[in-house]
Amino acid sequence: MRSKMRTFVSALALAVGLATTTLSTPAFADPAPDVGNWQSVLDQARGQTVYWHAWGGEPRINDYIAWAGEQVRERYGVEVVQVKLTDTADAVTRVLSEKTAGVDDGGAVDMIWINGENFAAMKRNDLLFGPWAEQTPNFAYVDVEGKPTVINDFTVPTDGLEAPWGMAQVSFYYDTAKLDTVPKSAQKLLEWLVKHPGRFTYPQPPNYMGSTFLKQILTELVKDPKVLQQPADETDAEATLAPLWGYLEDLQPLLWRDGQAYPQNGASMRTLLADNEVDIAFSFSSGEVSSAIEAFELPDTVRSYVFENGTLGNTNFVAIPYNASAKAGAVVLADFLMSPEAQLRKQDPKYWGADTVLAMDKLPKDMQDAFANLDLGIASLAPSERGTVLPEPHPSWMSLVETEWQKRYGVVQ
Amino acid sequence: MLRFIPILTIVLMIGPVSAGLIGTILPAFGILPALGGTTPSLEPWLALVAQPGLGASIRLSLVNGLIATFVSVAIVMLFCAAWQGTRTFHTLQRILSPILSVPHATAAFGLAFLIAPSGWFVRVVAQFTGWDRPPDVAIIHDPWGIALIAGLVAKEIPFLFLMTLSALPQADTDRTAQVTASLGYGRIAGWFKATLPRIYPQIRLPVLAVLAYSTSVVDVAIILAPTTPAPLAVRILGWLSDPDLALRFMASSAAVLQLLIVIAAMATWIAGERLVAIIGAQWAVDGNRLKRDGAVRGVSAVMALVAAGTVVLGLVVLLVWSVAGFWAFPDLLPRGFSLRLWARELDAIGNSLTTTLLIGIPAVVIAVTLVLSCLENEVRTGKQAGRRAMFLIYLPLLVPQISFMFGLQVFFSLVGLERTLVSVVLGHLVFVAPYVFLSLSEPFRALDPRYGQTALCLGASPARVFWRVRLPLLTRAVLTAAAVGLAVTVGQYLPTLLIGAGRFATVTTEAVALASGGDRRMIGIYGLFQMVLPFAGFALALMIPAVLFRHRRGMGAQNKG
Amino acid sequence: MPETIKSGLELRDVQVRLGGRELLAVDLTIAPGEIVTLMGPSGSGKSSLLGHICGTLPDAFEVTGQVVLDGKNLDGLAPQDRHVGILFQDDLLFPHLSVGGNLAFALPSHIKGRTDRRARVEAALVSAGMDGFYDRDPATLSGGQRARVALMRVLLSEPCALLLDEPFSKLDSSLRSQIRAFVFDLCRKNSLPTLMVTHDPEDGAAAGGRVVELDG
Repeated sequence: MRSKMRTFVSALALAVGLATTTLSTPAFADPAPDVGNWQSVLDQARGQTVYWHAWGGEPRINDYIAWAGEQVRERYGVEVVQVKLTDTADAVTRVLSEKTAGVDDGGAVDMIWINGENFAAMKRNDLLFGPWAEQTPNFAYVDVEGKPTVINDFTVPTDGLEAPWGMAQVSFYYDTAKLDTVPKSAQKLLEWLVKHPGRFTYPQPPNYMGSTFLKQILTELVKDPKVLQQPADETDAEATLAPLWGYLEDLQPLLWRDGQAYPQNGASMRTLLADNEVDIAFSFSSGEVSSAIEAFELPDTVRSYVFENGTLGNTNFVAIPYNASAKAGAVVLADFLMSPEAQLRKQDPKYWGADTVLAMDKLPKDMQDAFANLDLGIASLAPSERGTVLPEPHPSWMSLVETEWQKRYGVVQ
Repeated sequence: MLRFIPILTIVLMIGPVSAGLIGTILPAFGILPALGGTTPSLEPWLALVAQPGLGASIRLSLVNGLIATFVSVAIVMLFCAAWQGTRTFHTLQRILSPILSVPHATAAFGLAFLIAPSGWFVRVVAQFTGWDRPPDVAIIHDPWGIALIAGLVAKEIPFLFLMTLSALPQADTDRTAQVTASLGYGRIAGWFKATLPRIYPQIRLPVLAVLAYSTSVVDVAIILAPTTPAPLAVRILGWLSDPDLALRFMASSAAVLQLLIVIAAMATWIAGERLVAIIGAQWAVDGNRLKRDGAVRGVSAVMALVAAGTVVLGLVVLLVWSVAGFWAFPDLLPRGFSLRLWARELDAIGNSLTTTLLIGIPAVVIAVTLVLSCLENEVRTGKQAGRRAMFLIYLPLLVPQISFMFGLQVFFSLVGLERTLVSVVLGHLVFVAPYVFLSLSEPFRALDPRYGQTALCLGASPARVFWRVRLPLLTRAVLTAAAVGLAVTVGQYLPTLLIGAGRFATVTTEAVALASGGDRRMIGIYGLFQMVLPFAGFALALMIPAVLFRHRRGMGAQNKG
Repeated sequence: MPETIKSGLELRDVQVRLGGRELLAVDLTIAPGEIVTLMGPSGSGKSSLLGHICGTLPDAFEVTGQVVLDGKNLDGLAPQDRHVGILFQDDLLFPHLSVGGNLAFALPSHIKGRTDRRARVEAALVSAGMDGFYDRDPATLSGGQRARVALMRVLLSEPCALLLDEPFSKLDSSLRSQIRAFVFDLCRKNSLPTLMVTHDPEDGAAAGGRVVELDG
């Protein structure tokens, strides 16, 4: 009896051991590509599969990514697989767990669609590969002078650790069939809400969109906007933030559901507008609003607008984790995403409707014309309608604001 | 050989759970080298306690979880008591499987659209009141969490009903009902006094599993629960997703706290059971007949039908959304229809369905094999596994997923098994096996042992008895258990995402990603996609025995549940 | 099949205990073809004794003494190796098999070949007066027919002894004497030592053999 038990246990142990070694993906070393020698990068990339972790909530974006994957496969022999995320942080967590487990090579994540606080966190914790972005061929077209945020992600220098992909700017939208005039500043919004209580809200911080709204208000109300470009200094922070809290004290009781409940994210806010629960909403891309109309999510009478003194703008990027298995392939993919052809299709509201990171004057003439002739979509803002683009504050300000907001308004019962 | 299967099964259940818990407990006390945490400290707990509204979050999780479970159990018990054996009972039994195939989140979305201020019920009212704007009332995300309770109850009732159904045949309920009626008791009183005490031990574990789920649910809570503050599990997910990686420590301690909340809820429930037992013992013999229970019977039927109807109606509404053009308030139907989204998604669905089956079928087959082996081993050794051993098999159901999934991810990375199909199937197996055990153990044990004894005495070997006698007699039970297992594996999100490291795109991972885009059309389409496989499973579980044994009338009675 | 001495079924000082309490004690020998009736009130452990003899008694019972069949000690033998047949109150025909399937299930494996096996089953059906019932669904049979099929099933398994656990109590009284005669006839014809447990004295009278009374 006992010997039978022993044989069984040893057989089991052997089986598990075998399974562990043979069935695990071999953590093959993926040598860092020499980005200075572009041909060697292309050679190394051929045959690789890039697992690109990107938010998957919007089918049009997923379709665009699929298109980009096809192009890259045809031209460079690189396979692209989109891993659809609900939240960029899922990818950050994955890289983090791999680092914890000592998996410093052959990681599961090859590229992440990322910006802002997520980028700052990964950079701070040495989770990124690079620098590589500024040496890629198509980076030459990027509008570094006119759009400073392409190398400064929420005031944190990118240091070539991420490649710019798209521009975003806060814009508001509303249904012209229901409203004639709309408030175009923070103060006017408050006055408007007094007359129409409960017809506006924002996603609950620390959601990205919700925090953005608070940042927008803060930027408008703060005495010296340049202070926000510096890391937050604890001693002066209170004084700097005081106007924001004063504003919110008046705003919160007038919000949808009396500020007791909030939409989960920007998409939920859009649904509220569609359901006629609120009259005004906002997003990071007016092109997104046009796309939503095409997808029947909003009525075709919806239009976008910006605040008269400017709205926040930023760039979103793609970055490569330090332990990616297909670094060369990811670099090639990122380079393609910055190409005029890819950026043109991205800006076309038939496919996506997001703004380009490229500088028009750096492009060849035919591309310039192509961009100029794009039909931007029914609810999109033409470049001339964009107004001033305000820079994002340093991430440390956001942490302060979010924590304080949680304390004051995060708990209502 | 068969003798080792129970131990193997238990190891497969508690191994991953323990590994995952370790991966959560260590960071909770400050140990996570990848983020620079190398010395144990209580800082994460201090940070947790300093979070605003922590008490309210805990209260929401604990109290609402207990209430939802209590309401579900009460409605199921009342309904069985009042309507057992009648035609209403059998009708509800038949629509049980489709409802069980609906994923929790889909049901919650459907419910949310039905009861929201801009939702369908209010739109019906608006036809008469002429409203052109929804009222600004918090029905969804209401401060008391009633919408959350409703969403949980709607899906828990079918599950508990299924579990109760498999426990009823053993308790000889029909004859008991006859006896209590002849003694002058009303149907409900008779059932509660005579049958409930007999079957409750059988359904206790499913009830506890439901309780653990209700107190730690995430996806339904995001859709229906209050947001200021949210229940603890939702906040944990938020902290784990926060770009500020330093929050991971506090998130881990919160995950440990979540586990403690589940334990506290179960302790409260069991204490409640004892109390009810004491009071019930006196009530059982006080002679109260409660003959006039017609009103209560009616109410119980209404409540059960409302619960079932809500899920079904929510599904119908999502179906309409999936083909809708723009659908404004207060229109009862969309202004235009379009099949464009369906056309696009049907093209893409092939891959995710294949992946779902690639993971699901091995998981279900292994689970059924393990469970049948354990149960057959019981029969052959003549020993029933101790209650404690069974409890270990159900451990994955009682520990909240969020408390050990992230630790499990690290564990699989460490062993180098991350991203392999084997590890994803194992990850799913951890959750599928307990449910398969839950639904198969009662029918298996209820099988008349004399069939086996007769067969043995006719000279058949134990193996022959299993394959030629016991297994055929249990055909419907095995197929139903497999269908339940399939429903469980199709609905898994965190295991596929975390252990598969994004390599495996199943219908559910796609659905959840799309749900974050907020479009009810996509939610409707993918909700229906998620239902297809489990529904097919349940349909097969009904059809195959009917076809196989169409010339065997005796099999109908045998496969009564 | 090896030649064995047909010495019948011997119960040597068999005592059945449950939780320390003695349920029953018997010491008797049943000759081939003899039918011994055990009578006693319910709870006196009669069925447990039968379970012990055919090897399916749960571990909770403690049994001392020896059971010897045709000179071979049955202790420690698995039920399928004992060649002891048992008939219960309920016919326990397998609902998923046809009548012929039930009977074929009992046929020992040394009878090979489909035609051969079918022929044996058909012969058994004929002898039970149920010619042509091979493909019938057991659920469509009358109580009497089912009882006959159950007996034929046991006999086809070529047992060396037969145990009857109140086999007639579920039949209508009009059928009872008929089936009784059928069963006892075949027991004697096949020279099977038969032990019948019952609480109906008429069963014992019809068997015509020894009647052992058990006290409660």
